[in-house]
Order: sequence, then structure tokens, then C-alpha cells
Amino acid sequence: MSTSPVYLDAAAAAPLHPVARQALLAALDDGWADPARLYAQARRARQLLDAAREAAAQTLGVRADELSFTPSGTTAAHAAVLGGLLGRQRVGGALVHSAIEHSAVLHAAQRHVADGGTANSVPVDRLGRLDLAAWTAAVGAPGVALAALIGASHEVGTVQPVPAAAEACAQVGVPLYVDAAQLVGRAPLPAGWSVLTASAHKWGGPPGVGLLVVRKGTRWESPFPADERESGRTPGVLNLPAVVAAAASLRAAAADAAAETARLAPLVDRIRARVAAEVPDVEVVGDPVDRLPHLVTFSCLYVDGEALLHALDRRGFAVSSGSSCTSSTLRPSHVLEAMGVLSHGNVRVSLHRETTEAEVERFLAELPGVVADLRAEAGVAGL
Amino acid sequence: MSEPDEVLDCRGQHCPLPVINLARRLPELPVGAVLRVLADDPAAAVDIPAWCRMRGQEFLAAHPSTPAYDVRRVL
Repeated sequence: MSTSPVYLDAAAAAPLHPVARQALLAALDDGWADPARLYAQARRARQLLDAAREAAAQTLGVRADELSFTPSGTTAAHAAVLGGLLGRQRVGGALVHSAIEHSAVLHAAQRHVADGGTANSVPVDRLGRLDLAAWTAAVGAPGVALAALIGASHEVGTVQPVPAAAEACAQVGVPLYVDAAQLVGRAPLPAGWSVLTASAHKWGGPPGVGLLVVRKGTRWESPFPADERESGRTPGVLNLPAVVAAAASLRAAAADAAAETARLAPLVDRIRARVAAEVPDVEVVGDPVDRLPHLVTFSCLYVDGEALLHALDRRGFAVSSGSSCTSSTLRPSHVLEAMGVLSHGNVRVSLHRETTEAEVERFLAELPGVVADLRAEAGVAGL
Repeated sequence: MSEPDEVLDCRGQHCPLPVINLARRLPELPVGAVLRVLADDPAAAVDIPAWCRMRGQEFLAAHPSTPAYDVRRVL
């Protein structure tokens, strides 16, 4: 049995892109000074920061002054939600969000509710698609300051109807925040959003860099204590070498995105079909068509999710799970819960630029035996 | 809530045990019988209805305050 590692958890963190590594190393020498100071080293750092911002903005098709770097995707999501609400607090204190937002968005929503605001969660269907009628009604209610919709689910891959959801928001003048963490660097961005966030380690950039884009004319106010960095949108000195690496790898990833989609989407199709056919009692979840090119999730009946992750890890496969036994809170994934799909024995497989067809084949060859062994051990085979 | 034909106590069990025990017990009951599963694992609220859907059995009701789940054997 070969145990060479097969990393299949790009949706958590993609392996560092070679362009990111190169840019990071160069910027460690050139970008250590504080870009806000008034001497030669600082000016060099400022040039690097400006160039990184220009490159990232160009890749996303936005203006450079609309884009801020943050210390993480989570910080960016917190800033997007709380800043969007703060900027429109005169309108009201209501937040509308889908039931399948990233936990960073939901935690910001909880903070908002703890501070006296309201949050209205809009359901999704069995495939994880937003209920557009419920969404339209929710954003049209009085006092809605902000609406938040994930661009595509990081847990099940279902792409959300952002243009239609944005149209519903535009009709009633509510700004839309889109968490695009799984789209940026992989797929074209949808239209119609006012605030957008992303996270560099999802596209092959280094960890510890997020993007916060606030379109011109959007009412947004920083929820953080005052700080002059990043146009006042996010406090603190940036990790400039990581920012430079993030911007360089974003451009590289975006340039390859169409080709990568063409390569990875059929591999995901293959996983969906083969897992459903070759593992008994399995539920492959998420939209089979309107989905991310690199991500697939399935749940195996009667199998303990944590035991499944460990068994796969012993064979060298790195995957993640939305099962409750794998979470610190012992609750199943709120995404699987909202979809009403089986939550135990859950596995998320997410591919990246280094994933090979041979690796996918090895996973597919070994998975049925791993699941069968676990079921035999638990005495549930044939149940 | 109306009385079930039998109660299966899965309190204190973590996923996927409540579903496994449901899958073991229900086929032993006659078709048409209602089994109430007592389960305090949060995953049961998702997984018991999902199991019914996958197995063609009828999920009747969730009683969140107990918490309990009623399932009718139809196959």
C-alpha cells in the first residue's frame, strides 16, 4: 500500500502557489519596512503595497481604492458584515443572510444580534440553493441594512444565484455582501455586489491575507477602533511580504482559472459518479451542475465521520468533514443541516492545481474498501 | 403528541449510533408501527429524517423539546 500523501483539502487551504513562494521570498528582503513612513525603505515598501493592490484590483476588475488587504479572510468577513451594518444603521438594524454562510459571517451576525440587531436566515433547498422567493421577501422587509450571500458554498460546492439575489437587493436599495472565498482565483465573479471578501490561502497565496472590497458609493463604516491603515478599513500594519505573494499568486491563479476548471471539473464529475456507484448507501450532496469546479461532498450512512477521516489519513489522504464528531462543538455542519442531508460519515474533497488524475484514481480505488472496513468494524454492514 | 408503538432510548449516544440503532430496530416492528427515537445528539435532528428519505421510511415528526423523533415503518 502506497502512503505518499494526497492532499485533497484545497477548500481549507490550497498548497502555496510557486509564484507566491517566489514573491514572498523576494518581498521578505524588500518589504519589511513600514510603508507609512517617510524614508527610502518605507517608500520601497509602499511601492510594493501599491503594486500589490493594483494587481489584485485589476484581477478582480475593481478600482484599487476599493480594495483593502486584511489579516485574514475571517477578519475581512467580520469587517464586511459589521461595517456594512454600521454604515447603514440609520436605515435599520436588520441583517439578512443565507443559512449556509461561512461561520465567520454567522459569528459576525451573532455579534450584531448580541448588540441589539436582528439577523434573518434565509433557507436553502436540498441541493444547497438559496430560496430566492424567501430571500426577496426578507431583503424587502423594513429596516434591512445589509444582505449577505456566499458566492458558492465552501462545504458542498453549490454556486448561489448571486445575480438574481443582487437584483432583489437592488430593487429595495439594500447593499449585498458576497463572500467569494471559493470563487476568487477560480471562477469569474458574479455581478451586483457592493461588498466582497476573499482569502489568499484558498487560491494558493499564503495564509494570513484577506481581501475586503467595498464598491464606491457603498455606505460602509469600519467596525474597528480607528486606524489610518488601508484607508481606515482594517487596522494594523500588514504582513507586506504575504500581501505581495497573495497578489502575485492571485494573478497567476486567475490566469489559469479557466484551464484549471476544464481540468478539475471532470475529475469532480468522476468522483461524484464513482462514489455514488461504488460506495453503497452514500449520499453525494450539493448541486450536480451549478457547482464549484474543484469541490465535492458526500456522506456515508452509518459511518463515523471522525473515524473515516482518520482511516483516510492513515492511507495518506487529507480531506475534511462536516460531521459533528469532527467539530469542536459536536454539532453537525450548519450547511448540511440547512440542506437536510445526511451529516454523519461526511467527507469533503477539494482539488487544486497540483492534484493529478492518478491521485483522484487512487482515492476512488481505496475509498470503497475504507468505508466497508469501517462498517464491518462497527457491525453495520448490510444494515 | 400521540403515543408511539415503541420507544427507543438513544440518549447519550453520538452520531451515527442513534441512526444505526433506529435502522436495527425498525425492521423488527410490523409495517405501520411508529417508533419514537429519543436522541439528544444534535446530528439526530438531521440524520434521522435523512435516513428515512434514503430508506423509504416515513418521518412523522420531530419533538424538539424532548428531543424525540417519530418514524413509521412503511417498508
